[in-house]
Amino acid sequence: MKINEIPQDQKQFKDGHNAPKKVMYVTQEDGTYTQRTSLGWEVENLALEQAWQDIDEQLNHCLQLIKENKTSPIHYYMIKNRMDIPILASYVGKWKWQVKRHFKPSVFKKLNEKTLQAYANAFAISIKELCSLS
Amino acid sequence: MIIPFQHNALAHCESGVTSNLLQHYGIPISEPLAFGIGSGLFFAHLPFVKVNGVPGTTYRIYPGQIFANVCKRLNITYRSEKFSTAAQAMQRLDENIQKQIPTGCQVSVFYLPFLPEVFRFHFNAHNLIIYGKENNLYQVSDPVMEHVQTIAPEDLQKARFAKGYPEPKGRMYYIEQIKPEWNLEEAIKKGIKQTIFFMKSPPLPWFGMNAIAFLSKKIKKYPQLYDQRRASLYLGNIIRMQEEIGTGGAGFRFLYAAFLQEAAQITKNDKMHELSKEMTLIGDLWRNFAYYTARICKARTNDSASFNELSDFLYDIYTKEKDFYNQLSKIYK
Repeated sequence: MKINEIPQDQKQFKDGHNAPKKVMYVTQEDGTYTQRTSLGWEVENLALEQAWQDIDEQLNHCLQLIKENKTSPIHYYMIKNRMDIPILASYVGKWKWQVKRHFKPSVFKKLNEKTLQAYANAFAISIKELCSLS
Repeated sequence: MIIPFQHNALAHCESGVTSNLLQHYGIPISEPLAFGIGSGLFFAHLPFVKVNGVPGTTYRIYPGQIFANVCKRLNITYRSEKFSTAAQAMQRLDENIQKQIPTGCQVSVFYLPFLPEVFRFHFNAHNLIIYGKENNLYQVSDPVMEHVQTIAPEDLQKARFAKGYPEPKGRMYYIEQIKPEWNLEEAIKKGIKQTIFFMKSPPLPWFGMNAIAFLSKKIKKYPQLYDQRRASLYLGNIIRMQEEIGTGGAGFRFLYAAFLQEAAQITKNDKMHELSKEMTLIGDLWRNFAYYTARICKARTNDSASFNELSDFLYDIYTKEKDFYNQLSKIYK
């Protein structure tokens, strides 16, 4: 990439405008490399925004499922925290199948204090917050 | 206690941390040199290792390798430690600060409050340097940040003990002793030879330059295998791994080209200079690839013609990289 081709496309979603300037290695007119900073590139912005849109869609879908009593708040907060089942399972010290089972509203309601606290800790919220969604 | 430390904002976390740590001890190793000597360049596509349901693609070598390789090749004694408990890990870090040793830490970006929320995913292979502690806040030199930062002990502890792959387990690393003599030309040679080995020799399709051809073939099949949303997410992830924070753009190719240019001057090797130009062109191709990929994501299309085109474009990059490594391996015949 040449020095005059450095993109300066700021991220316009969420708090993306606070993104640190990125150091890039670019070539000068004589071909030697130097460092310059970039505010971002529309291509990477698009890929990142798409990932966030997907999270938002999943969250909305989850809220709907909670209303229909088809999933538990654990599922919602997992997505909100950008986790997947293997990551969440290792945070709460459970097996993957156990976490999946805790997605069932009927099972969630019967969870003991200790298990709920483990989930609340993983999501950095209180048990009250965790349960208020269901 | 705050250790006097010169923070330089750089392109990539681990080569940046390595360069900043070495410069602290008076060893003038730029980021590109650290990246090249540390054999940071790599490629792998692992369809069976899914992160948030998306197959993993990486353009870098396994975390910790760059620092370790650079130290070994420059005759520097270093230590790298992992811990079973967070309390131990934090205590050892505090001891290091007391002894005035700036210390590299492997962390998850999810728990770094100084990064904007948009970047905070469970990416566990980030690196930063802790160079002090004052008023119960740690002083942080994170190469991808313009300025130094602070972080609360609770946050740093979470970041160092994040779960998921690759698990940091509180890993910290630091320089113990510098020896007066090192051979820069020899270090460059070792760095290049290992990169050639890692790119050319893996017999498995998921690693090295063959993985580029492998990914190209996978992309061709995306429209048949997945719905539009999934295919688009998969493609988006390839771009994010290539261009997002800390990669220096085009998946490290420009960083490597800058390394070859510097190495050409040090070793007085014109061929290396030529190959640096070659790598710059390859880096530009990767950026074009990202651009076309984004266009498909944006158009929300799933028609096989666009995916075929994209796949062919990537295959072309594969042939160019293959040619590049073949030429590079001739330098140290």
